[in-house]
Amino acid sequence: MVKHILLIGFGLVMLYPLLWMISSSLKPEELIFREPGLVPSHLTFENYTAGWTALKHPFGYYLWNSAVVTALSVVANLVACSLAAYAFARLNFPLKKLWFALMLGTIMLPHHVVIVPQYIMFSKLDLINTIWPLVMPKVLATDAFFVFLMVQFIRTLPRELDEAAEIDGAGYWRIFIRVVMPLCVPALATTAIFTFIWTWNDFLSQLLYLNNPDNFTVPVALRTFLDASSDSSWGPMFAMSIIALGPIFGFFLAGQKYLIRGVATTGLK
Amino acid sequence: MADSVAVKTRPAAAQPPSSGRRTQRARREARAAYLFLAPWFVGLLVITIGPIVASLYLSFTDYSLLSEAKWVGLDNYVKMFTEDPRFLSSLKVTTIYVVVSVPLQLAFALALALVLDRGLRGLPIYRSIFYLPSLLGGSVAIAILWRKVFGSDGLVNAVLSIFGIEGPGWVGDPDTALGTLILLHVWTFGAPMIIFLAGLRQIPSSYYEAAAVDGAGALRQFRSITMPLLTPIIFFNLVLEVIKSFQSFTQAFIVSNGKGGPADSTLFYTLYLYLKGFKSYDMGYAAAMAWILLLIIAALTGVNFLASKYWVFYGDTK
Repeated sequence: MVKHILLIGFGLVMLYPLLWMISSSLKPEELIFREPGLVPSHLTFENYTAGWTALKHPFGYYLWNSAVVTALSVVANLVACSLAAYAFARLNFPLKKLWFALMLGTIMLPHHVVIVPQYIMFSKLDLINTIWPLVMPKVLATDAFFVFLMVQFIRTLPRELDEAAEIDGAGYWRIFIRVVMPLCVPALATTAIFTFIWTWNDFLSQLLYLNNPDNFTVPVALRTFLDASSDSSWGPMFAMSIIALGPIFGFFLAGQKYLIRGVATTGLK
Repeated sequence: MADSVAVKTRPAAAQPPSSGRRTQRARREARAAYLFLAPWFVGLLVITIGPIVASLYLSFTDYSLLSEAKWVGLDNYVKMFTEDPRFLSSLKVTTIYVVVSVPLQLAFALALALVLDRGLRGLPIYRSIFYLPSLLGGSVAIAILWRKVFGSDGLVNAVLSIFGIEGPGWVGDPDTALGTLILLHVWTFGAPMIIFLAGLRQIPSSYYEAAAVDGAGALRQFRSITMPLLTPIIFFNLVLEVIKSFQSFTQAFIVSNGKGGPADSTLFYTLYLYLKGFKSYDMGYAAAMAWILLLIIAALTGVNFLASKYWVFYGDTK
């Protein structure tokens, strides 16, 4: 019992900043920093209406841009990573060990080592201020985390299923589509959820590649609040921050099982 | 890690009638494999290896995107360590951040994992609550929140003023700004906690029963069973978090509004790299910084691979 009280207390302290942000977003500006408590003495939605229209475009515009980048990234990762994972897990080919070691190596590679040349490349291709620098790497399976995750998963599937399909005359493509993929749903779900959350939260790439307010995604748009506003607009900024966190929270509620399993099996976050 | 995922060779196909058929089959299989891997190969070349090589070349040049790259030899590297106090200070700030925040974060993760282990009621709920900050912690929205929680008129000071204490400016004060970022990192202890929980579950309960029969108390059991069996996972978490936190960017960027201030006290290595490469367009210098970062991370990853034989034991929480 004591244990539970302590745990609940600790959980509350941890979540307090979040709850305070939610409650502050519902308070009139002048009350936000006078009331450290959670229950607003005066409830208002004006922060939401003010924040929604505070930037060049309505906030929904940035949400849509983020949604497009995120959705394309999810689809790209699902397709490209599972193709590569199937080959690594099930097929034999020359230099397989070398390629596999390289793939693992890229997981640990710090992103910052490649951003300067990547930026130069995309800028020479005239792709700055488009979503291609954000999506292209995913189409090309560079999120090796997920290749690894799916290789591990496919290895647990009984090989007899592949062999039975092969005896029935199925080629590798058919085995991949009809036998392996349908059994990979849990791994695909983990990949989709993590890709969603990471892309939605990603700041550095979007800051680098999206300089025009017409292309801004949510993280870059939120950041311009800091530039544009004096200290008087924290309410609207909190309100839009809550909206920005909403989809993450939704995926967290819906996909907890896959998230927790993903972290526990591969150590990714 | 390498051993746990060691490539298993496919058992020979069921009784191939002739070796001719077998090599034909192997060729077909290899062709299929390379087709499946085609996007990944292109990515490896264009998005990863090409830029790594280009970045090495650029690190020996003076380059600003608009002009031609000018070969300057080791100048960038020499300048970094001899004439650039901001570089050295970013290295120092990042090292302090990593050395303080990672052990603290892992200590919280381990402590909470131990409390939550052993079939506590409501475990999934607690686990979710403690994990949530790990998902949100990297976002701009949370960094904005942090800036305001630790602002001079923020939540923390509002609470302190109830007790009549006038707090410092936290994010605006060079002595405390880095501390707020360390706290933000500690706040995201949920992910390593889940890895610890998975590790704890691997320890057979018969060990504890046997120890109890021999008269070992809870503390002794923890010291002689739990800790030793958990060390590979502690080590794995440690290397993972060190690598990750060495590259932290978003939180420092937002909390200092892209400047690394006050007085460079939150100038993380990657933030300085960004400022050099994409604000001053000193891209050769930024590339050299990237290579130093790569060497640091490579050293840490080398340690990880040496330890791979330990964490193999745990890779099976299916």
